[in-house]
Amino acid sequence: MAYNKKVIDHYENPRNVGSFENGEKNVGTGLVGAPSCGDVMKLQIKVNSQGLITDAKFKTFGCGSAIASSSLVTEKFKGKTLKEAESIAIVILQANLNCPR
Amino acid sequence: MTEHKCVLDTCRHLEQKGFSVTYLPVQKNGIIDLETLKEAFTDETLLVSIMAVNNEIGVIQPLREIGALCRERNVFFHTDAAQAVGKIPLDVNEMNIDLLSISGHKMYGPMGIGALYVRRKPRVRLTAQINGGGQERGMRSGTLSPALCVGLGEACALSQEKMSQESARIRYYAHLFCKKIMEELPEVYLNGDSDKRIPGNLNLSFAHVEGEGLMMAIKNLCVSSGSACTSASLEPSYVLRALGVSEELAHTSLRIGIGRFTKKEEVESAAAQIITAVNKLRDMSPLWEMAQAGVDVSSIDWASH
Repeated sequence: MAYNKKVIDHYENPRNVGSFENGEKNVGTGLVGAPSCGDVMKLQIKVNSQGLITDAKFKTFGCGSAIASSSLVTEKFKGKTLKEAESIAIVILQANLNCPR
Repeated sequence: MTEHKCVLDTCRHLEQKGFSVTYLPVQKNGIIDLETLKEAFTDETLLVSIMAVNNEIGVIQPLREIGALCRERNVFFHTDAAQAVGKIPLDVNEMNIDLLSISGHKMYGPMGIGALYVRRKPRVRLTAQINGGGQERGMRSGTLSPALCVGLGEACALSQEKMSQESARIRYYAHLFCKKIMEELPEVYLNGDSDKRIPGNLNLSFAHVEGEGLMMAIKNLCVSSGSACTSASLEPSYVLRALGVSEELAHTSLRIGIGRFTKKEEVESAAAQIITAVNKLRDMSPLWEMAQAGVDVSSIDWASH
């Protein structure tokens, strides 16, 4: 089965790749996965005093769909409150990438 | 334990039928240790099966030495030579090979046909694979497709004729390819012995870049990865694991093949595409970032999933 267009688009033109400067304020960092399992994702968010995510960045070691979903989630996070961001369930990402169920 | 699934699965089947099978490890370079093999023989050993050339990493096993050890002990020697026939010189008499498996499509022949060499002296008695009219000395009854047989024979003849020139050309291309990759990219590792190998198979680990992800970035190239990224299996290649390659590095491997029809420009272009892709993906890799910052990635207590 071929990857669908949305996955390919996010893989080939990943949004928000990178890292915030070390020591930058209001940045939260999460690191999940394991190199031995073949995927590791680092996701960073920048949150303002109102609790809004103003920026997000990622770096991912993994297959094309791992990279594509990381890219998508950074897009989804921007402009959301922390609570809203928490509610972005995996099914929403799957639907956005037209993943098979 | 770097045998192809076709041999391993057959061994499992034999075990179910009551045979006992000893699986031997390989050294870090992918080659069997002859001392380990010597120690593994028992009074009951009937057969040794060791592949001639590994399909994932291209290393050549010491067939002549293995054959001699088997003959001294009156043990049959089978070799899965699917990746070797037509690529390296093989002589069943000099190497004391009693059974040798050949696959047509691995030597530019047609799919759907192979051959098994069966020694007559000392005679190897085989149970019929298919019972019936007694064709193939009763070992495999049924009428074969003449077209496939001719195709296999012709593929053998062509391989024999082209072998020395072809092998030299492919060795040169592999050298060009590796040189370019190694000059441009740090932390690339060749899996398997660097000398005892067929030149057309290069298995490289690109540290901190996941193999499946890398394949997607070089979509104009047809390569395979030792990494598996499916829900059913997160296991990297068992061949690389048998060499003691870490799981992390095993996930970063690509198997690159150079063959009869590969052109020099294609080799150069492939190297350039891989270099671009690896650089791009390393810029996106948290592991690369950590390694560059001096963090020992293996010292982190990762939560495996």
